[in-house]
Amino acid sequence: MRELFGGSIAAVSAFVLGAVTRIGAASLFCLRVLARSMTSFARPRLLVREVYFAGALSLVIIMVSGLFVGMVLGMQGYETLQTYGSEEKLGVLVALSLVRELGPVVAALLFASRAGSAITAEIGLMKATEQLAAMEMMAVDPVARVVAPRFWAGVVSMPLLAALFSALGIVGAYLVGVRLLGVDSGAFWSQMQAAVDFKQDILNGVLKSFMFGFGIAAVATFEGYAAPPTAEGVSRATTRTVVNSSLLVLALDLVLTGFMLQLWSE
Amino acid sequence: MAHRALDFWVGVFVLAGFSALTFLALKVGDFGSGGSAYELRAQFGNIGSLKVRAPVRAAGVTVGRVRAIDFDSTRYQATVTLDIEDAYRFPRDTSASILTAGVLGENYIGLDAGGDEALLEPGETIALTQSAVVLEQVIGRLLYDRAQSEGTP
Repeated sequence: MRELFGGSIAAVSAFVLGAVTRIGAASLFCLRVLARSMTSFARPRLLVREVYFAGALSLVIIMVSGLFVGMVLGMQGYETLQTYGSEEKLGVLVALSLVRELGPVVAALLFASRAGSAITAEIGLMKATEQLAAMEMMAVDPVARVVAPRFWAGVVSMPLLAALFSALGIVGAYLVGVRLLGVDSGAFWSQMQAAVDFKQDILNGVLKSFMFGFGIAAVATFEGYAAPPTAEGVSRATTRTVVNSSLLVLALDLVLTGFMLQLWSE
Repeated sequence: MAHRALDFWVGVFVLAGFSALTFLALKVGDFGSGGSAYELRAQFGNIGSLKVRAPVRAAGVTVGRVRAIDFDSTRYQATVTLDIEDAYRFPRDTSASILTAGVLGENYIGLDAGGDEALLEPGETIALTQSAVVLEQVIGRLLYDRAQSEGTP
């Protein structure tokens, strides 16, 4: 009994210690990437290549999901608003929920599973096949050459993808609400424009998605770089990237939303 | 050739992203219209639940927005600052009242133009105002009146 109890305390403390150590290592790694970023900016070709893999290849899934999420929001919103006879508020409902929350958060979750996992797998495999070690042998810094371009590509792509998600979502809601269900087109757009504030809603959404991009890119590159150089290690690191960066996005969203509501509310 | 294809798709991505941002800013957020406006003030005894950015309407047309709401501690009244679009000017004896859109809708400010030939200059205060109708007070008065009329046979 006593041994079981003592064992579980030891297990819990080992888990906590491990988690804190990992967070510390990830933060230090992040600082290291930031410090070595200048060399990768000097070679924009590397960055363009990674923006292609992280951003351009995510276009289809982001746009299609945005369109469908918007369509569903339009349908559900219409159903509820109709009971109060205020279906022309549909534009407001859809635009605010997409621009403030759904756009940045859902796009970030998709981005984490589509691009974050790919970044981790690529860096992890490069480590497992000793390509990173070979670079170090040739006096090429792998953090500057491999990690930093992927990191910044994630940071740059995320706001653009989130904006696309929101825009396509609003178009989807327009198609369903106005074209299919017969909400007045003028009311749909004008009420939306009256209710959506550029600074409080759109700029906050962009800022949020930027921070999400930063978080996802940091988790994905760190997990890849710290992955055990085995097949199992890389596969576990990829899973951890998706889980951890999704949790990070949701936690960051709570904190950032709280901040923004405090900062810009009058 | 491989370089060209890669650059092309990155270009498509960046263009699509920025056009989405422009769409959000212009079509959804109505960024352009906040440009040229002049300021008017109005004092109210009670603003009800009027909020910053609530519309200012004249004859039902939105002509501006509420920019700020402050409490004037010398007169114990609310000072409301309005941003009115430059295209619209109002006579000096215009009155401002706080109205409600629908039964449960938002509060907004309605402007009723008077017949004065002199116009309100930017920064001036609208003299004639009418406070918000607070639903609780109306119901309270109604109940009170009824009780009184029933009490006296």
